[in-house]
Amino acid sequence: MKIRNCNSGEIAALQSAVAVTVISLGMMVGLAAAQGGQLRFCLHNEPKTFNPLQVDDDAAAAIRYLTGGVLIRLNRQTQQLEPELAESWKISKDGREISFKLRSGIVFSDGTPFTAEDVAYTMQELMDPALHSPTGDSFRSGTGKVEARVISPTQISIRFPAEVAGLDRMFDQVSILSQNSPKKEMAVLGPFMVADYKPGASVLLQRNPNYWKKDEQGRRLPYLDSILLNIQPDRDVEMLQFKRGELDLINTLDSEYFDKLAATSPQVVHDAGPSLDSEQLWFNEVSRAPIAAYKKDWFRSAEFRRAISEAINREDLSRIVYRGHAQPAMGPFSPANKFWFNATLKPPVYSPDEALKALAAEGFRLENGALKDKSGNIVEFSIITNAGNKARERMAVLIQDDLQKIGIHVNVVTLDFPSLIERMTQSFDYDAVILGLTNVDLDPNEEMNVWLSSSGNHQWNPQQKTPETVWEAEIDRLMRVQASSNDPKKRKAAFDRVQEIVVEEQPFIFLINKNALSAVSVRVHGAAPVILSPQTFWNAERLAVSGN
Amino acid sequence: MRLGRILSLAVLALVLGASIAANWLAPAGYAKQYREATDAPPSAAHWLGTDELGRDRFARVLYGTRISLLLAPAAALLSTLLAALIGGLAGYLGGVWSRIAMAVTDLFLSLPWLFLLITVRALMPLDVSPFVSVLVTFLLLGLLGWTTAARVLCASAASVRNSDYVRQARAAGTSGQRLFWVHVVPNLKPVLHAQFWISIPVFILSEANLGILGLGVAEPMPSWGSLLKELESLVSVGAEPWKFVPLVLLVLVVTSFQVLLSRQEDAAA
Repeated sequence: MKIRNCNSGEIAALQSAVAVTVISLGMMVGLAAAQGGQLRFCLHNEPKTFNPLQVDDDAAAAIRYLTGGVLIRLNRQTQQLEPELAESWKISKDGREISFKLRSGIVFSDGTPFTAEDVAYTMQELMDPALHSPTGDSFRSGTGKVEARVISPTQISIRFPAEVAGLDRMFDQVSILSQNSPKKEMAVLGPFMVADYKPGASVLLQRNPNYWKKDEQGRRLPYLDSILLNIQPDRDVEMLQFKRGELDLINTLDSEYFDKLAATSPQVVHDAGPSLDSEQLWFNEVSRAPIAAYKKDWFRSAEFRRAISEAINREDLSRIVYRGHAQPAMGPFSPANKFWFNATLKPPVYSPDEALKALAAEGFRLENGALKDKSGNIVEFSIITNAGNKARERMAVLIQDDLQKIGIHVNVVTLDFPSLIERMTQSFDYDAVILGLTNVDLDPNEEMNVWLSSSGNHQWNPQQKTPETVWEAEIDRLMRVQASSNDPKKRKAAFDRVQEIVVEEQPFIFLINKNALSAVSVRVHGAAPVILSPQTFWNAERLAVSGN
Repeated sequence: MRLGRILSLAVLALVLGASIAANWLAPAGYAKQYREATDAPPSAAHWLGTDELGRDRFARVLYGTRISLLLAPAAALLSTLLAALIGGLAGYLGGVWSRIAMAVTDLFLSLPWLFLLITVRALMPLDVSPFVSVLVTFLLLGLLGWTTAARVLCASAASVRNSDYVRQARAAGTSGQRLFWVHVVPNLKPVLHAQFWISIPVFILSEANLGILGLGVAEPMPSWGSLLKELESLVSVGAEPWKFVPLVLLVLVVTSFQVLLSRQEDAAA
């Protein structure tokens, strides 16, 4: 018998395959041993609504995910769209119409049949301006009505007034309502349904007896009998409850809690790698900002911003602030975003010497340990961030120390959040800010409000009547190109260029991408934490809990 | 009680002396980051270990103590003087002046002054140095902390005003100004002393509260408030008792002040 030489990649692939097989077998054995049970975890705030069309907060979004039936689901693990209530779908060439072929024989939790009329009703409700649905807002394109045409009980076509980029992906957020059920939004098509709600205490979800999905062995899903969601804003209490076995999972952990838990129970913690979330620093580039003119000159100079970026030790930010559970950020999108991340971007380089050289080329000089600009002004600015966010406060102090090495004096100021927002969006009375972007969606279309120069969330210089720089005009153009096309290649090319421009110009100095950290009790079977929300219970219908 | 007072004085002298000598006692500056030794346990190099950014905790405790222990009495002095002026005069003048002063005091007392402090802090210019932020924090505490003392002083001054010896002095033709400075103020001294000593631990704790909220002394300068922030997470401190040192110091100092204060109250009585 001849043994073929394997390269390291093949060996790694083989090992992965064996590992996956072992894990799968383990999960199957576990599931066979334990089906049903109650899963318990925390919501960190009170759900503002149970109407899936009006969801605007994390708690309500979690309930929507667990109870809502959708036409198309984004698989949180593969980051690919998968058919759910729709067997198949097709988008027209002009990108304005999407046609669904629906599954038949499905009923809502109260027994009401599911038909194309329910989809039409849901779209009508979703797009009703009076409802102010945040989910509906992302579908709005152009002026005019959205028309839903029921072709048959299992076929429907929805036409939009203008092309909608990433149209199919948006249906991941649309839970279908029943047109005929007297229970309205409480009649659901998802794996669980709301059974009890104690304001300020808990939400109890019970398995939907009419849920349509079955597993590979033909067993009806979900495996769990119920899910108890404790409303608990205090992370310390959540941690203690988890340690005492009163909770089965913590969906998002910070690095400090993660390490403490890992020290005693390494089998329960999961680091899924870099998430989509980023933390960034930006300078105030607003022309009407009430700050000194010479400071505006620094902040509006790409060379200055690049030098600052180069003088920040991102490895230390990741290692010290996030205890190694973060990666230096390369640009606007994290490498975790498999499709949209521009893989040609280079990792940021830390070099105070190069930063000083670049600043010297712009007329800055180091005198007695203090950096001065060409007019003799000492380079000093303040960084503000929100009080109480330990990670940001620590990053600010590390950056303060890093910049001191190139002679820049930084004042770190922590403000309560409303004051911070007021300075950022109303008075523009600030020098620099450290804040983060929480990306819940993979598609860049969701960040139109950040990158368009006319937007209020274009934080370094918001609400520009016309783009004030050539590169911002180019970003505007490219974002509109990607937003007005349904050709993935064309969209990707446009957004790749946006990422390159952002890295060249550094309007946001991206610092780190946090890792997705979670904890799952060994009693939970079938868990496979991922980076996309909801990290630990994205496959809730296939989870089971033993021993409670 | 005598032993208690001696011990209290010794504790205060030791803590204050060590904090004043921080430049010589501390192994490094309070802002020096040992990035390769973050969150380290106590060792020969770092007696109280290092904090999450690798800064020597012993150095930060010494410098933080200096700030809190020197500026809290300054704020207490300011607030006591304001209380003496407003409360003492109101009590001495009586009538409509007393009612106006007490209405203003009640108004100040009804203000949620923690939020007021947060608001004022938020309105401050951002480019102030950490040292200025320290001064401003304690100045604000002093300017806002006079109200309770003013009520006490108003009542005391009213009592003195109605006393026999003041009436006799007034009947003898003593001027109002002389009456106030020579006869009223000296008799308010015990109350003023007591209010001063009461205010010190209150301001230390207030700064600590602001520090925990991240709104006190600006980084990298330490204060007891910013040092106590390490204790806000139950999970993180259980296995690291050395993190309790700032809290132990705070308790010791506040207790010492209270023991000394009891003597002041005895004297006043």
